[in-house]
Amino acid sequence: MDELLREYLPILLFIGVSLGLGLILMLSALLVAPSNPDPEKVSAYECGFNAFDDARMKFDVRFYLVSILFIIFDLEIAFLFPWAVAFKDVGLVGFWSMMVFLAVLTVGFAYEWKKGALEWE
Amino acid sequence: MTSADFSILLPEILLAVFAMAALLFGVYTGKDKTAPMLVWATSAVFALLALWIGLAGEGTNAAYGGMFIDDGFARFAKVVILVSAAAVLLMSETYMSRRDLLRFEYPILVALAAIGMMVMVSAGDLIALYMGLELQSLALYVVAALRRDSAKSTEAGLKYFVLGALSSGLLLYGASLTYGFAGTTEFAGIIQAAQGEIPLGLLFGLVFLFAGLAFKVSAAPFHMWTPDVYEGAPTPVTAFFATAPKMAAMGLFARLAHDAFGQITADWTQIVAFLSVASMFLGAVAAIGQRDIKRLMAYSSINHMGFALMGLAAGTAFGVQAMLVYMAIYVTMNVGTFAFILSMERDGKAVTDIRALNMFSKKEPLKALAILVLMFSMAGVPPLVGFFGKFYVLRAAVDGGMAWLAIAGVIASVIGAFYYLRIVFYMYFGEEADGMEAPMQPVAWGLLMASAAAMVFGVINLFGIEGVAAAAAATLVN
Repeated sequence: MDELLREYLPILLFIGVSLGLGLILMLSALLVAPSNPDPEKVSAYECGFNAFDDARMKFDVRFYLVSILFIIFDLEIAFLFPWAVAFKDVGLVGFWSMMVFLAVLTVGFAYEWKKGALEWE
Repeated sequence: MTSADFSILLPEILLAVFAMAALLFGVYTGKDKTAPMLVWATSAVFALLALWIGLAGEGTNAAYGGMFIDDGFARFAKVVILVSAAAVLLMSETYMSRRDLLRFEYPILVALAAIGMMVMVSAGDLIALYMGLELQSLALYVVAALRRDSAKSTEAGLKYFVLGALSSGLLLYGASLTYGFAGTTEFAGIIQAAQGEIPLGLLFGLVFLFAGLAFKVSAAPFHMWTPDVYEGAPTPVTAFFATAPKMAAMGLFARLAHDAFGQITADWTQIVAFLSVASMFLGAVAAIGQRDIKRLMAYSSINHMGFALMGLAAGTAFGVQAMLVYMAIYVTMNVGTFAFILSMERDGKAVTDIRALNMFSKKEPLKALAILVLMFSMAGVPPLVGFFGKFYVLRAAVDGGMAWLAIAGVIASVIGAFYYLRIVFYMYFGEEADGMEAPMQPVAWGLLMASAAAMVFGVINLFGIEGVAAAAAATLVN
């Protein structure tokens, strides 16, 4: 048990150092830096103009949809590459496993297509 | 990978193929217009699979080198899961279609969640465990947020997702530690490594795995998400959350505890006993202040999970048997109660305030009587079946040398009886109020009455589940 704990000692030291360093940096900024606020200083600054509108604007959910769909098919490629490279060695089981995987993915693809998730308007 | 492996996995494969076929059928034909039909079809498939698994399954079979185990324990859990999922689907149809919620994806997502649950209770490997758990959880996150235009429902979905991800993280951390110290992800291999004096890392892995699972069964102190998710999710979804996934998570809990850590019961029985006591008391005390029946049922389910965990805490085969019996009874009671909660409405709008039940017995004496039976059974009043469920787990705790746990359980159940009895009090002796209607479709009415009748007539021999549960527990613990 002692041996196990000793193996983790560097991590404990690392945590301590990072905690201490982080605290020192933040506290020194708080203590050393001159603080003299006035309304112009603390207001939002946008290239010399007054702020046009709130920074929290609504964002079209379709962007998320497209990016998520992209990730799914990106992952499909990530699976297909090693399979294709090792194609000669994976044998019949490997071949059909991938076919089943692709079939399941195609079901999802057909669903999203028909559901209209790929249309922008 | 042989055809024997596939034949063991056949029920899950069939259900998955059905779900995908239904998805394509729905989207290529009438979309949401096909939803009622798909609800019935999915329920029918669930019922057929339950029959098949219950009647045809035999012996202990392992597939894919022990990753997937089909034994009596898994079959018992699967039958409970499938039957309760079918019942909840059937009673949710009218509620959802009247509120424009019945999308055709709903039954399909429930079917996918059911596959995940079936894999969970059959898992023989940490990887299979996690895969089943995630398949179930991902489908459940979506159905929790089914009512997309309601802030509450989306909040429930998001909360469930974030906390579910957190618990999966804990679980995975525990799994990685376990793998690191046991050298294998297979339960059969872990049990070899986890014997006698175990390394500290393995103990940590065990604790994190259990913490992750405690999230999934909503045991205190990992219960925070339960009331909010139960309240925010559409009521049929709440009914689903309270039944099948609880059975699945509890089954997984027992399987992990006994199949992977069965040689070091002394190490984990304390953890489970603590979870059990905390859940029982929190569920009993926190529900007292609740006026919303869905939140109340959430705390009630936390309380019941505490009792089910008591069976597991005993660490014996009898304890697992008691847990299985308790879960089967719990699921039956909840199906009946939620069939009624789904029908509670005033002027066509759903009500969830328990004060709306005032003097309900005057209006509908038969339904009020059914709810009375169910509430008494939940509180554990003899001679109803709920009492025997509690009796079983208490006996398991005493036999397992945990008399203090049994005493704590009795005290918690007395405290908890207060809020069940209050519902009965409102129905029979409450003040005159606006009241509410409870128009019920034949299906929901049948489920409510069947559940209440089961609570009364089950006392004769518990419908024979004792023997089945004993056999199931014997396959898990040896």
